[in-house]
Formats: sequence, C-alpha cells, structure tokens
Amino acid sequence: MMALRAKGLGKKYKRKWALRNCTLDLGRGHVTGLVGPNGAGKSTLLNLASGMLEPTTGTIEVCDGVPGSGPAQLAKVGYVAQNTPVFAGLTVAEHLRLGAALNPGWDDALATARIGRIGLDPAQQAGKLSGGQRAQLALTLGIAKRPELLLLDEPVAALDPLARREFLADLMAAVVEHGLSVVLSSHLVADLERVCDHLVVLADSQVRVTGEVEELLATHHRLTGPRRDLDTLPADQQVVSASHTDRQTTVIVRTTAPILDPVWTVGQLTMEDLVLAYMSAPVPGRPALEVLR
Amino acid sequence: MIEFHLDGRSGLSPYQQLVQQVRHALRLGLLREGDQLPKVKDVVTDLAINPNTVLKAYRELEHEGLVAARPGVGTFVIATLGGTTLAALGPLRTDLRRWLTKARKAGLDDESIEALFLTTFRTATSEKLA
Repeated sequence: MMALRAKGLGKKYKRKWALRNCTLDLGRGHVTGLVGPNGAGKSTLLNLASGMLEPTTGTIEVCDGVPGSGPAQLAKVGYVAQNTPVFAGLTVAEHLRLGAALNPGWDDALATARIGRIGLDPAQQAGKLSGGQRAQLALTLGIAKRPELLLLDEPVAALDPLARREFLADLMAAVVEHGLSVVLSSHLVADLERVCDHLVVLADSQVRVTGEVEELLATHHRLTGPRRDLDTLPADQQVVSASHTDRQTTVIVRTTAPILDPVWTVGQLTMEDLVLAYMSAPVPGRPALEVLR
Repeated sequence: MIEFHLDGRSGLSPYQQLVQQVRHALRLGLLREGDQLPKVKDVVTDLAINPNTVLKAYRELEHEGLVAARPGVGTFVIATLGGTTLAALGPLRTDLRRWLTKARKAGLDDESIEALFLTTFRTATSEKLA
C-alpha cells in the first residue's frame, strides 16, 4: 500500500525538463518533506500527483489510482497549491459549504471547529483575508476534506511562527487520528525536521536523495582530516560533497559501515547540513568541480 | 507525568531527544515504575512533531526494557535507571577527577582535554562496533 509511487516520471515544458527520471515510493501514514531550490521541480511533482498535470514520461500512482482519473481518485487526494488560492468573492462560510458539497468525505465538525479556533469570521469575504488567514482557510479545506493523501505546496510560508506551529500540530493530529499521509514542500528545514519521517531532496529537476530521515541522518557523516585524495576512501563510502584546502579535506559521505579510519574527525549531520550537501553537490555523471582554496 | 521539549541546537534528532529525556527522568527519579508516559497524540500536538517519531522513541524504550505498552491504555514505566549505576558513579567520578588533575599537570588545557576524551571515547566505541 503506497501513498505515492513514481517510476521514471518526467515532465517537460516546451523545451525544458521540470522533472526528470523521478522514481519514488512513499508509504502510507508517512509525512514526507520535499525540499530543494526554487525551480527544482517540487511544485511540478505535486501537480503531477494531484492530477493537475500529466506526465511526459513514466508513470505515477497515488493511493493505488492514477491522478486525475475520476471523482473517486479526486476524493482520495487533497491539494493545497502554492500561494493557497481561495475564491475571493466567496465568504469563509461559503467556502465551507462548497467544500461540503464537493467532497463526499467532508468533516463539517472539524472544519467549523478549526475556523472557530483560528478566529476567522464566517461572514468575511475570502478576498479580504490577510495572507496568513487565507492560508489557514485553504488548509482547513484540505484537512476537512479527509483525504487519504494531503499534498501541501509551501503551506506555512505565509504563516507567523505561532500560526505555523498550530497548523503543524493540527496536521500531525490528523496523521495520528485518520492515518493521513502527507507530502509537503517547504524551505523551512527546522519545521521539516520535526514533522517529517521521510525526506526527498530535489535539485536540478532530479531526485538527489530520498529515504527515512533517521536512516539518512545515521548513515551520513562529515569527515575532517589531513588532505587526501578521495579515490583512497573505502568503496562503501559514497562521497556526497567534498572540499579541500592545501592541508585539510572535509568530505560528507554516505555509508552504513562505521568509520574506522582514525585520521578522520567524524561529525554528525543535521537535516539542514544533509539538505544543503545534496542541493549543492554536483549531479552524478557530470564532471565534478573540485573546490581549491 | 513528564512533559517533552525539543532543543533545536542539541544536535540530536527529535527521536533521540525523546528517548534521552525519558532516560534522564528515570535517572533523576522524576519517572518511577508504574508512571505513564505522555500519550502519543498529546506529544504530537504539544510539540507539533511526527507521530512516527514518538512511536519510534517509545519502541526503543520498550526494547530497552524500560517501558511497556498496554494496548488501548498507554505506555508505562516498568523499570528504573539508577540504583546500582548510581552507586558506581562515586568511585568513577573520583578516578576521573584524578585523571583530570594529571592531565592539567601535563599541561593540557580544557580544549585539549575535551578533544583527547572525545577521540579516545570514539575510538573505543568504534572498536566495540568493529
């Protein structure tokens, strides 16, 4: 049972590939963080998963169905797009009525309670809400739809720190209570570190690394030591990034084996270090640029 | 009942922090046998963290024989840390103090002592692993 399964997935706009050769398996009940620079393909992937876009190559399956294939599929997937769009001419209450009419699994009690807690006036026109309030309204619609998979594109970008924390807490409560699966993109790695158990790093329209957060953190190490040639590293240590000065070498490696070489000072990575290492690392198969200082 | 908190600068993952906080509370006697750990859902909403993180931490504590899950009720403490280990702490501390005095006499400053301790500790740990 997979929440999202992609095989060789690609999307080309005119001449440019927005996403290339993307192969992913995201299990149910998991919260997956999608990170990468702007233009890396995060929104394209989410649009493909929701059925808003059709793939150019490969296949994508979401909750055992093809995205956008019909009403049953639409009911399974919730999608809050970037900039949290709402209908400017409709009031908050009308949005909830619309949600109830369009979604078979609509949870009205949850929607009403959440609107009340956030302090949104039901009679207010959505076009007159602040950016943060609009985001909260869109997120409420996404959660109250009771989807199996909720896709969120930069959901917390417009929220202040308190609203952000409350939103993430609500989201996590939905994961516990309804077994909801979530894929969310964000630049706020500190948030992702709390809420995600799986991570996908996209860069240059490609998946650079994916896996369980704990496992990724446990198998990546920062090694610092006297300058040396990277070809002399053991074969089981996959180099993610490396930099050298005339005397020192710092390298981030991925390996499941313990680091036994005593010349290295071994440091652990935070999720932010890991994300940055993969975002800035050269794409495999292209000539690596060595940084000399 | 204890309350968890997360420290963004600790260098430990959220899951490790939860495990550490329970063990710390056990060592300090803040948690005793029979006490209940916070419910997963409460931890999740209080801290806005992933439920699988909490479950994983509780499973690890269970694996260590410190807590037991009663389905539908919650997770309870079944063992304490401390006791025998607490008794061993005194002499070890005395030994360590003696060693520190020796190191200072040899001219090591605080940073050198820390570096020496950490590298030796790591070497010993990786030898144990290998």
